[in-house]
Amino acid sequence: MALIEAKNLGKSYGALRAVHDVSFAVDRGEVIGFLGPNGAGKSTTMKLLAGYLRADAGTASVAGHDVAEQPIEAKRHLGYSPEGAPAYGEMTVREFLRFAADLRGLDAPAERVRATLDLCRLTDVAAQNIDTLSKGYRMRVGFAQAVIHDPAALILDEPTDGLDPNQKHEVRRILKDMASRKAVIVSTHILEEVGELCTRVIVIAKGELRCDEPRDRFLARGADLNQVFRTLTA
Amino acid sequence: MTSPSDSTPTARPNGRAAFAAVVRREFAGYFRTPLAYVFLAVFNAFAMALAFFVGNLYEAGTANLDRFFLYQPWLWAFLAPAAGARLWAEERRQGTLELLLTWPVTVWQAALGKFLAAWLFLACALLVTFPIALTVGYLGSPDWGVIANGYLGSLLCAGACLGLAAIASAVTRSQVIAFVTGFLACFVLVLLGYGVFDGLLVGVLPDETVDVIRRLGLWRNLEPFTLGLFDLQPTVYFLSLAFAGLGLSTVIVERR
Repeated sequence: MALIEAKNLGKSYGALRAVHDVSFAVDRGEVIGFLGPNGAGKSTTMKLLAGYLRADAGTASVAGHDVAEQPIEAKRHLGYSPEGAPAYGEMTVREFLRFAADLRGLDAPAERVRATLDLCRLTDVAAQNIDTLSKGYRMRVGFAQAVIHDPAALILDEPTDGLDPNQKHEVRRILKDMASRKAVIVSTHILEEVGELCTRVIVIAKGELRCDEPRDRFLARGADLNQVFRTLTA
Repeated sequence: MTSPSDSTPTARPNGRAAFAAVVRREFAGYFRTPLAYVFLAVFNAFAMALAFFVGNLYEAGTANLDRFFLYQPWLWAFLAPAAGARLWAEERRQGTLELLLTWPVTVWQAALGKFLAAWLFLACALLVTFPIALTVGYLGSPDWGVIANGYLGSLLCAGACLGLAAIASAVTRSQVIAFVTGFLACFVLVLLGYGVFDGLLVGVLPDETVDVIRRLGLWRNLEPFTLGLFDLQPTVYFLSLAFAGLGLSTVIVERR
């Protein structure tokens, strides 16, 4: 059973067709690099999979649970970090993670928070208000809330956006450490990330799937990945 | 990190835990900034000023608080939208709505939790005014049942205004717009049946119509509570507004 599955997903905003007939499945151990130009439908697809938006057509499921029919079950198994890693800025990092743990009804929430702070190297800023943190730390807080319940499926919308090279390396390291146990979708604009992090690549443009193949086949398309990207999304 | 099995989180779906977590976060959220204390102080100061300087509570020489409660629709019309503006507008502005609604909590649980927390905060504002009841008790022998009934009516009135504020907050990402819209909606309900406005209608509209308009206002519905009467009709009126607002705001958020 695929841990994340999209079947003929479709979503329109008025006359604008944001996502059209998108289908793919992600198994445990796979890290999908979700690529596409701005406005291609990446974030909309992720929002549909996470249950934030309702699909006009098709179905989305997480760990076998239909996102529309069994949203609570599906969301239990999913960790999701939206674009920009939003968080309650007036809370401290520890309070925010504790809220996430309590809302998810986790056992031993204090221990969970401590372990997640440790995993995401946030212990030093645990008592700081989130809106006083640098962008790098805020992105890590967004990542932390997504993994606090050790979900089977992880969807991260541009988790390394705006990070410096050291911070990017850190997020990739954490993701790699946990990738073998999870199904992960990572949207990114950074094509080099594909080679470093992903096992498979999905390219989407104008709301449609343009490419879904293993990383090595994608990389073999050409030495200039920017050119490959331009060709696929034209 | 101590991990449970690879694909199954330790938690079971627990709507009550999620609801309680939302209530705790939202209620504590009011006190995270000095604004909450300013709010409580302003409410207290204006409640006293209206009772003593407009209602002439002291000069009336009677040991009751009807003049204190009677002006509270004005206060709630202003302060309930101030407290309720953040309910959804702030979530939209910060982008946390997307986060909240992709966690295992239903929109209804989140909405009810937020609404209840805001109502509890308004109850705190009302609680801060309790020294006035103690003062009346010190100066005379009030009927404590009547005073308790007045507090209940005022709290219900606050819930009704909060219902309107919740709708205003659900349709925008700006707290300022949410506040102004909520205030205007509440202001209309205060005007219905209020002296000056009421005077404009009398003679222009048939008496029956004017009476119906009065019954739709906050003023007329709070009055029985201030006199110590617990009447089902105004109770239903206030609760209907509160829950209609809660319901409509939830539907608006759900249709994102």
